[in-house]
Amino acid sequence: MFQLVLFYAFSAVLIGAALAVITARNPVHSVLFLVLAFFTSAALWLLIEAEFLAIVLVLVYVGAVMVLFLFVVMMIDVDLAALREGFNRSLPLGMGVVLLIVLELSVVLGGSGFSGKGGPVPLPEGGSNIRALGEVMYTQYVYPFEIASVILLLAIVAAIALTLRRRPGRLVQNPGLQAKVRPEDRLRILKMPSETRD
Amino acid sequence: MLEQAIAIWSQIPEALRTSVWIVLKIMAIILPLLGVVAYLTYAERKVIGYMQSRIGPSRVGYAGLLQPIADAAKLAFKEIVIPARANKVLFVLAPVLSFLPALVAWAVVPFADGMLLADVDAGLLFVLALTSFGVYGIILAGWASNSKYAFLGAMRAAAQMVSYELAMGFALIGVLMAANSLKLNDIVLAQQGGFWHWYFIPLFPLFMVYWISGVAETNRLPFDVVEGESEIVAGFHVEYGGMGFALFFLAEYANMTLISTLIATLFLGGWLSPFEHVPVLEQIPLLGQNGFHWLALKAAFFLFCFLWFRATFPRYRYDQIMRLGWKVFIPVTIVWLAVVGVFVHTGFGPWF
Repeated sequence: MFQLVLFYAFSAVLIGAALAVITARNPVHSVLFLVLAFFTSAALWLLIEAEFLAIVLVLVYVGAVMVLFLFVVMMIDVDLAALREGFNRSLPLGMGVVLLIVLELSVVLGGSGFSGKGGPVPLPEGGSNIRALGEVMYTQYVYPFEIASVILLLAIVAAIALTLRRRPGRLVQNPGLQAKVRPEDRLRILKMPSETRD
Repeated sequence: MLEQAIAIWSQIPEALRTSVWIVLKIMAIILPLLGVVAYLTYAERKVIGYMQSRIGPSRVGYAGLLQPIADAAKLAFKEIVIPARANKVLFVLAPVLSFLPALVAWAVVPFADGMLLADVDAGLLFVLALTSFGVYGIILAGWASNSKYAFLGAMRAAAQMVSYELAMGFALIGVLMAANSLKLNDIVLAQQGGFWHWYFIPLFPLFMVYWISGVAETNRLPFDVVEGESEIVAGFHVEYGGMGFALFFLAEYANMTLISTLIATLFLGGWLSPFEHVPVLEQIPLLGQNGFHWLALKAAFFLFCFLWFRATFPRYRYDQIMRLGWKVFIPVTIVWLAVVGVFVHTGFGPWF
């Protein structure tokens, strides 16, 4: 009963936050509402005892991805008038895409896999979600898991390789050399006789 | 009297009793923590004072002991000024967002065997998630203030805290590989058996990385470019006065306390006595026993180091901070994780 109340409360906040993401006029507010949406969905996952997923969602998306998002959004000066200019023109296309997504979702969710009757499989007494997940991931699905991680690594390397530019005339410091500097290299102490007044 | 109280207590419904009990536990953690934070500011001024041949605060109360209270009273009664064209809601929300995670993370810290608020399965991840959330308060404060200096501070904070979080996370992976658990209580229990069983020996590089990243993560000197008095006035909190500023201040010191306690818990055996299984010393009443006093002592040492660093090191240059985080710490942790993997496989020493 209490869980049901919590579920509806979190769901209401989640839907409200998700709507606010696309309706907020200030892009920074949009990003913050997205953070709120992630938080509430993490809370929903906690309700079905998927604590690993919930914490990782907060850790990765709220803690790192959204910080970078916020970083970028704060730096750029968004001109809302220019953004809204083509709204009416692209409305039909947008509606078409949304309708397609709704159709696909209803087909998937209406199928046998998401009947909504079973709910999450209850864990054995004293069992932990993280342990169960880890055991499956590193035994049964070890190859798909490792391949996915290699693909991600490849994506990181590719992203860096694609955006790395070697511009001529760039001033670069060599920290190793900087750290090796001794006073004798930079400082010259002159010995000179004192001037006498005469 | 006592019997009556017990009778009344047992008549309260079960659910209410649990929540009252939890609230009491939370108070038992937060109130002493605020006391520690208040007197940490006093200790900082005294310690740095003596390191610089001054005597520090000495006028309010005996040896200046009431100084933190006087400071708090002063800040509480100051006017809160909201700058022109600042984003009011976020301006007020930012200090709260920075203070909140600093308190919530204490829920999973074990103070003695089994003495913790919530024995979460993913305790270590929980701490990591919450400490990473602390950066929002700083970024939003800088942005909402509508001030160039504050914004520069916020940008620096975002870049610095995200970079050092990675190194911290990697260092924690080493600990959980060694302890085989994400529960902080189990991590401490896995280090039982005298100080040579503690993880700072096999995980020494990770210990150093975690320690230094912890200093960087709390934006303390020598990594305090976020505030950088000589460059950007006071960074993200330049526009804050009164309780807004006080909350940032409290958050910084609460985070220092949290990081110190976590280092003690993860690498130095938390509430374990170093003299476990040492023939003679084990018999000494307080020193040989495990308990909260050992955790407090270890955390106090790291807190002292925070103050010591501040008095000793000059501020890092910004690009050097980034280099240290990305090009030194992350490779070091990755290499050492491979070494730890070999350790775990071979069951090396008393640790694995």
